[in-house]
Amino acid sequence: MLPWLSPMLQDLLVEAAWQTLFMVGAAAGIAVLLGLPLALLLQATAPGGLAPSPAVNRPLGLVVNAVRSVPFIILMVAIVPFTRLVAGTSIGTGAAVVPLALAATAFIVRLFENALREVDRGVVEAARAMGATRLQIIAKVLVPEALPGLLAAVTVTLVSLVGYSAMAGAVGGGGLGDLGIRFGYQRFMPEVMATVVLILILFVQGLQSLGDWLVRRLSRR
Amino acid sequence: MVSGFRMMFDHPATEAPAAVATDPAIRLTGLRRRFPGAPAPALDGVSLEVAAGEVFGIVGRSGAGKSTLIRCVNLLERPDAGRVEVLGRDLTAVDEAGLRAARRGIGMVFQHFNLLASRSVAGNIAFPLEVAGLPRAEREARVAELLPLVGLQAKRDAYPAQLSGGQKQRVGIARALASRPAILLCDEATSALDPETTAEILGLLRELRARLRLTVLLITHEMAVVKALCDRVAVLEAGRVIEQGRVFEVFTRPQAPTTRRFVAEVIGNAVPPGTLAALPPPGPGEVRRLLRVLFAGPHSTRAVISEASRRFGLDLNILAGRIDAIGAEPFGIMALAAYGAPAAVTAATGWMQGLGLTVEPLPEGEG
Repeated sequence: MLPWLSPMLQDLLVEAAWQTLFMVGAAAGIAVLLGLPLALLLQATAPGGLAPSPAVNRPLGLVVNAVRSVPFIILMVAIVPFTRLVAGTSIGTGAAVVPLALAATAFIVRLFENALREVDRGVVEAARAMGATRLQIIAKVLVPEALPGLLAAVTVTLVSLVGYSAMAGAVGGGGLGDLGIRFGYQRFMPEVMATVVLILILFVQGLQSLGDWLVRRLSRR
Repeated sequence: MVSGFRMMFDHPATEAPAAVATDPAIRLTGLRRRFPGAPAPALDGVSLEVAAGEVFGIVGRSGAGKSTLIRCVNLLERPDAGRVEVLGRDLTAVDEAGLRAARRGIGMVFQHFNLLASRSVAGNIAFPLEVAGLPRAEREARVAELLPLVGLQAKRDAYPAQLSGGQKQRVGIARALASRPAILLCDEATSALDPETTAEILGLLRELRARLRLTVLLITHEMAVVKALCDRVAVLEAGRVIEQGRVFEVFTRPQAPTTRRFVAEVIGNAVPPGTLAALPPPGPGEVRRLLRVLFAGPHSTRAVISEASRRFGLDLNILAGRIDAIGAEPFGIMALAAYGAPAAVTAATGWMQGLGLTVEPLPEGEG
């Protein structure tokens, strides 16, 4: 495999690929776990929602927007104390997951919120008319009805995370992007850069196709 | 027979005494609702009573407040003022849990069906049972009963996107009936359907109503729905009930101008334009009277017009007419121009009234 790279570079490439996979997977996992409840909360407290409450909705929306406004490379450095608190260290692949997860959560919350908003209000009303509780409406109506949209949001987030993870080198996170910068760019090795870009393209394509396939399978519309 | 006796004697002793027959299933008192920022109230003091077992229609133009009104019955919309009593219970006074329990006893059918796209037909019908916490086996048994009731056995595992409008509404009806409600609310249930499917769904509702002894409250903007299905009707305009009564009465003797226009859509008997201007003037010593005669009951088939003409020496010119039936009650409405001596016309009018017909001057706007 890849005869144009030295055995050492091949090892580095494999290691970097695993690091990217780990950072993207872990950050996306955390983002989904945190983002779905937050999106449901935002959706429920919005005007006309299940439990309208501007006192919850506005500050929460503000925080989400604030995190989204900060360029990732700055966010990563700016929250170093927080990262140290959570991960015990501020450098390395594990530490890079913290800012990645934070950025991805803020990103996915809005996408989830949009997907939830797409659910027909009439269906929610019908559930209310049948005596469903708010939790039942969330668990049995909002989430299942929005599932294709939620999955599409996860796909978009995964793809964006692949891009973000390329900046993880700034905090010693490693990964494919970092390898491309350090070897392909700084050491003038175009074959490394080309290989990294190729793998990233295949990676993103794979994610997108998988996501689309799942959405199609789950969509009953 | 045996099961009949069991049902009679198995009533638990703790159950509240059965409601007196005259107790209304739904009683709305002085409902008011004004949406923030709206120039006029959606409901401006509406009071209605729907008797147990009757089909009550509320008809009105869009914006008349019908939708708000029907959504007040299960408190999807909370009125600013007024009482909502369903089966003797004031729903505006119960807490959240009590309201959810009450809602399970009130089925609702929607204009746009409001089915869950992610669930099959069976899953949609089972939804209210799932919400009520029924075990799976009982849910499945109930779904198996309901599917043939609405004629959807073959579509059990289909998804809403694979169904026609009429089939979707059948699912909506089965879902509304799943928890055996005593009351069914229909929110423009046929307005999104084509005429043929509308007739089909109305037929189904009529059949179910008789079979399940349901109390039905429906809103519609189509008088044809009221004529086909309802026992009583109320006409809503600008958030107020402007007229109500038995469908037969309202159709044959509409009072308010809005009601007349609604009725004319279904049993139009307006005098064709230009007819009155073209009528010959009365001869010397004669008068010309424009009359509206309503035949109802036993005389709807009698040859009253020619008999009156012969007996009183009148010329009777028929300007417009219609023979129809509401439910099993036939009726005829006729617009006449009567020519004759003033005394003869008056005598003929009295004679017809003596037969039980309603004779009145032709109302303005119908000539």
